[in-house]
Amino acid sequence: MKLQRLRGLIRKEFIQIWRDPSAIAIAFFMPVFLLFLFGYGVSLDARHVPVAVVVDQPSAETSTFIGGLQQSTYFTPQVYGSIQAARRAVMARRADGILWLRGDFSRQVLQGDTTSIGVFVNGKDANNARILQGYLQGVWQGWLQQRATIAGAALVIPVTGQDRIWFNPALRSRDYLVPGLIAVIMTLIGALLTALVVAREWERGTMEALMASPVTMGEILLGKLIPYFFLGMGGMLLSVALAVWLFAVPLVGSFWILLLCSSLFLLAALGMGLLISSAAHNQFVAGQIAIIVTFLPAFILSGFIFDIQSMPTALQLLTHIVAARYFVTILQTLFLAGDVWPVILWNSLALALMATFFLGVTLRRSRKRLD
Amino acid sequence: MLARLWALVIKEFLALLRDKKSRFVLIGPPLIQLLVFGYAATFDLNHIPYAVYNQDSGFASRELLGRFQGSPAFQQVATITHNAQIAPLINNQNALLVLQIGPNFTRDLLLHHPVSVQVIIDGRNSNTATLALNYVNSVILSFDTHWAATHHWGKPPAQLVVRSWFNPNLLSRWFIVPGIVALLTLVVTLLVTGLSVAREREQGTFDQLLVTPLNPLEILLGKALPGFIIGALEGVFIILAGIFWFQVPFIGSILALALGMALFLLAAIGIGLMISSLAVTQQQGLLGVFLFLVPAIILSGFATPIANMPELVQDLTYINPMRYFLVIVRGVFLEGDGFHELWSQYWPLALIALGSMTAAAWLFRHRMQ
Repeated sequence: MKLQRLRGLIRKEFIQIWRDPSAIAIAFFMPVFLLFLFGYGVSLDARHVPVAVVVDQPSAETSTFIGGLQQSTYFTPQVYGSIQAARRAVMARRADGILWLRGDFSRQVLQGDTTSIGVFVNGKDANNARILQGYLQGVWQGWLQQRATIAGAALVIPVTGQDRIWFNPALRSRDYLVPGLIAVIMTLIGALLTALVVAREWERGTMEALMASPVTMGEILLGKLIPYFFLGMGGMLLSVALAVWLFAVPLVGSFWILLLCSSLFLLAALGMGLLISSAAHNQFVAGQIAIIVTFLPAFILSGFIFDIQSMPTALQLLTHIVAARYFVTILQTLFLAGDVWPVILWNSLALALMATFFLGVTLRRSRKRLD
Repeated sequence: MLARLWALVIKEFLALLRDKKSRFVLIGPPLIQLLVFGYAATFDLNHIPYAVYNQDSGFASRELLGRFQGSPAFQQVATITHNAQIAPLINNQNALLVLQIGPNFTRDLLLHHPVSVQVIIDGRNSNTATLALNYVNSVILSFDTHWAATHHWGKPPAQLVVRSWFNPNLLSRWFIVPGIVALLTLVVTLLVTGLSVAREREQGTFDQLLVTPLNPLEILLGKALPGFIIGALEGVFIILAGIFWFQVPFIGSILALALGMALFLLAAIGIGLMISSLAVTQQQGLLGVFLFLVPAIILSGFATPIANMPELVQDLTYINPMRYFLVIVRGVFLEGDGFHELWSQYWPLALIALGSMTAAAWLFRHRMQ
């Protein structure tokens, strides 16, 4: 391996990147585009959920209950005259659920009987329905508490859960989506970029020219790896800057550890890209494979949005060969929890192993051969 | 004219299906995505790993913990005996939550003093945390109801009786699988139409097409029809897979769904052809498809509700055809909707289809000169 030849290759690659802006677009435009889209477009925090409220006989008792509902920022209560009208509102998607205080509500409450409050949720969106149910339960418990305090009596609920939420006390979904998104973006930059770039070299026939020159295969691969590594790290730094300064996600852990783990992950992603391009010598096919085997798993099987522990066992096993899985864990921990060594070390080890594996296999598979 | 058009459609099909790789791209990825999404994309939790820190030696705490052990949603991973053990368990993600029961739990309960259970939870993934807390609360609530009834507590003045319409067990698969119909139909249709003109341009066959007696409108129709047919076939296949493989109930009108799908396909084809007539190379076409698809999927309500988005972004979703089709397909599957309920979704779709088709035809003519 000669340093001079390698330098020449790297220079050639940078000139190519400079001339064809599509690589720079993928490395710098894509992160901004995706971060904006997800940062502003995706939220799992329900706020101002429209709830249809039906009160058969308004009284002091019912108004304290509805008052609790109105104070909560989770709801936008809409009053309907009858349960039929409320039902129609749910069917027409004007409301997500119904809260029904029946005619005998006040009478039974005053008599000391237990009355039932009817709650109907539209279960079509199960996740949303479950969150709505939880919020309504909160309103109900608040109401009981308030009544008990006013009456000077003890609360009639034997056991209540007292939540202590670590790392993200306000449960802002953006705080966990944005760090996870960095893993998705880097997968895209690393794998898609290299897969397309090497395939292009094959498609245009310039790979043959390279092979006819005295450079070794190892030098060719390094010549691709080094420029795109720096491009990828540039994209990563941009994403972190946007996450911290634009989206106000706290970075509790150390920035240097973040940088180190990101380089490990980027090496794995670039290795995957090189491996794909050594299998597919055509940009269209390489792009398709890159999206299916790297981008999609990074999205769905990494724990970025969907909880891995709740997946079927076979899929859980499959997630172990998704590099993004380890990186998403590292990112969420570094951003929100800090430098938790056991988490960082084990996941970094997995990333290092994957990077070695992909780069090693690529090197072994790549021969100076035209076929 | 019909014969000419027919010949062009056959040629398009041959171009799409003759090549092994492009055949794979049309059939492989949608199937893989259907399986992966269908099984992995779920917000239902099970086997939530939790640890128990029980300082109480009485029977009441054992009874409460028994309810957690008996629930399939929870899986106990550790029993701890002092405070310092909590942090490592949560930090290292060995447990999602720790249930801490104070020393006088049983005594206080028997004296009719309300008590609380500390739930220490890892908030790193805030959605999982919210859902897990809901699960914990519902277990505690059922314990409360039982305890109050058996130990002569005062009755609460009111109780929530929750019923869920259309999806009684709140399975998120019932929500996601119909969504996949919209997702994959859109992806396939855009891939077929978005790259078709660019491919001919790249291969140089576009000029040949122009010297044939076909007029531009016929060429455009010849490009649109294969997208419609392939999109419709894949859509129907996924609907069948949803009903028979994933067992999602289908209670609405098939015809109402068919109309919605036809309008949606037309809108998607119009957008695909717009991209296609703008792109010079397949690479550009692919990039254009990607740049349209990602926002269209994210801002459609497929995974996260539109109502949670900022208002400006919500307004933006009105030009997204997938938004309307998602309402149609989920409404027909789960809510039993027919033409009457879905009217408000049909006309915007039709409008988008008309607009994008006209724009595509204009661009196509314009780019030819």
